[in-house]
Amino acid sequence: MSEQIHHAFEAFQRLTLVEKTDQLFVFLKHLILVCIPESLQPLVSGLLSVVLIMSVFPGIFAIITVIERKGLGRIQNRYGPNRVGIPFTKIRLCGFGQFIPDGIKSLTKEDIVPRDADKIVHFLAPIVMLIPVLLAYAVLPFGKNMTVSDFDAGLLFFFAVGGAVELSVFMAGWSSRNKYSMLGAMRAIAQMISYEIPLILSAVTVVMIVGSLKLTDIVAAQNYYTLGVAHWFVFTPWGLVGFILFFIASLAESNRCPFDLPEAESEIIAGYFTEYSGFKFALFFLGEYLGMFAIIGLGITLFLGGWTAPVSFLTFIPSYVWFLGKMIGIVFVFIWIRGTLPRLRMDQLMNLAWKFMLPLALINILVAGIWHFMCPDWQRWLVCTAIIFGAYVVLGRGLMGNQKLGKRTYRFAE
Amino acid sequence: MTPLQGCLLVSALLFAIGFAGAVTRRHAILALVGIELMLNAANLNFIAFWRYGAHPEAITGVMFVIFSIAIAAAEAAVGLALIIAIYRHYKTSNLDEVKELKG
Amino acid sequence: MSLPFIIIAFVTLFAAAAAMSLRNLVHCALALTVTFAGLAALYLNLDAQFVGFAQILVYVGAVAILIVFAILLTRSGDSPNQAVLAPGWFYGIVISATIFTALGWAVLNSGALPKQILAAPEATVKSIGEALMTKYVLPLEVIGLLLTAAMIGAVVIALKEPAKTEDSGRKS
Repeated sequence: MSEQIHHAFEAFQRLTLVEKTDQLFVFLKHLILVCIPESLQPLVSGLLSVVLIMSVFPGIFAIITVIERKGLGRIQNRYGPNRVGIPFTKIRLCGFGQFIPDGIKSLTKEDIVPRDADKIVHFLAPIVMLIPVLLAYAVLPFGKNMTVSDFDAGLLFFFAVGGAVELSVFMAGWSSRNKYSMLGAMRAIAQMISYEIPLILSAVTVVMIVGSLKLTDIVAAQNYYTLGVAHWFVFTPWGLVGFILFFIASLAESNRCPFDLPEAESEIIAGYFTEYSGFKFALFFLGEYLGMFAIIGLGITLFLGGWTAPVSFLTFIPSYVWFLGKMIGIVFVFIWIRGTLPRLRMDQLMNLAWKFMLPLALINILVAGIWHFMCPDWQRWLVCTAIIFGAYVVLGRGLMGNQKLGKRTYRFAE
Repeated sequence: MTPLQGCLLVSALLFAIGFAGAVTRRHAILALVGIELMLNAANLNFIAFWRYGAHPEAITGVMFVIFSIAIAAAEAAVGLALIIAIYRHYKTSNLDEVKELKG
Repeated sequence: MSLPFIIIAFVTLFAAAAAMSLRNLVHCALALTVTFAGLAALYLNLDAQFVGFAQILVYVGAVAILIVFAILLTRSGDSPNQAVLAPGWFYGIVISATIFTALGWAVLNSGALPKQILAAPEATVKSIGEALMTKYVLPLEVIGLLLTAAMIGAVVIALKEPAKTEDSGRKS
């Protein structure tokens, strides 16, 4: 055994400093694995990865809740949480300790179950929500050699477990015996099903170009540089359109503003989890944010090069830092959108999904095919951009109908 | 008992459960659910024979199941649409109350 | 017969029996979802990864939701007060028991089943895709046509019946 440890250290020694920081976690896991008997290795390997994911992403969730409240406050011209710091000290940390009292509050609140509720389904719904969301993390490549289980059909796995979330939403809405819950659940399911189609179709383009459903292969296909700039798929015409479609659809899938009809506070209280309180509410909240992180992680993997650096001279930064950095960056954009855009109406929501995004996603698949078969020079850029631009104009005008928009007027408070 | 026989027994029991549900329950949706269970039992058989059969390198069983899943999805969509249309017309979805043929 | 197989099979069959025997239709649909997920786990246990994921995507993600929507649209979400069994249910049980006995006897006593267990075969996404695009390209096209036809058909069937009153001209 000591020989194996020695081996592992030797292999690690041979790496350069940049590679050492990059592969630090892989090495530590390998080190733990060689210390235990052979038969237990798969179990411990899985357990280590699960523990890491279960601690890192809820941790990010805790920080993001504070950042979101502060960011929204900044956008709305107020302070946001700025009091709570480290408990029992005078250190305030600009209010970044806010998640501690938030967590304590939701854990100690009374757990209310409505009298007419279907007790078992009501209890199971938050659990059914969290399990598929956590399962989705299994296939994401967080860094170089850092994938929990690299399935051959990883992308399919991700979308498959994502489908199970809809069921938990229904369970929560139906079992509460509350009209607001039911309405919220129906809205959420209709929205998720509608936006799942552009989501999957925009991911199909990447699969067509790479020729694999394996997420590590997709990252590897983007991990090379010409003139110092990475070949991310977002830097191609079809990739840009695919990324924008994926981005909009992932906003809708994670029930974020402007697609937050399922939990529109001013119309239907809190949507499908109106009747949840305390820890179960916290689980829904956590599940929603973790689902958002997972789908952003998938978007990064598909279009933004996963854990690769955008320009070659930045490759010294470890891969997992790039992944988490990109993820948090996109979460910032989500918060920004939430603070800026108004909520869509139900018919506008459906029109956008079925009349605009679905045809554009289909045309994008065609464009990806043309891109693949044309010889790689400037002509294919021209042809692909022209097709996409034409489709965008035609579809956009079609969605507008004969509507004429007047000059925009502004009204301000005196 | 070989693993293949185990799979086949599970699939036979699933088929019997699906059949029993399809013929004994009054509600139209449950009849459809029973049919779905029977289809799934057949799919399990295909996968089991592919896995333990003599020629797994020809992926016939897998292909058959993929097509079968697609057909089952189409069947479920049309069947449930029919049930909704029947409910709208007769104000019931119990199969034994839908007796008249004329609209 | 490995232990995971026995556990998954037991859960699947139990959920299937629950789906067919519970009174409340929504509970039936949820139990049915467990059955579908259990079947997907069985496929994974039998080394058919792609089929297992496709099963979850299609059945848990789509068919179960469709059934749930149909239950709510036909207003049968509450537990029914009348009988849930059809008049001739006893004969149905007898016939299905007979079917299971016959199938089980055949499975246990058949000499035609292959005895040797081969190593886990490869059914990668690549090989499935290549087969779909070469040998099975005609069935694939037909399935595409069938799905389109089924989609249009389902929409047409579920459209509102033309009302016989004066507001028949108004679109829904």
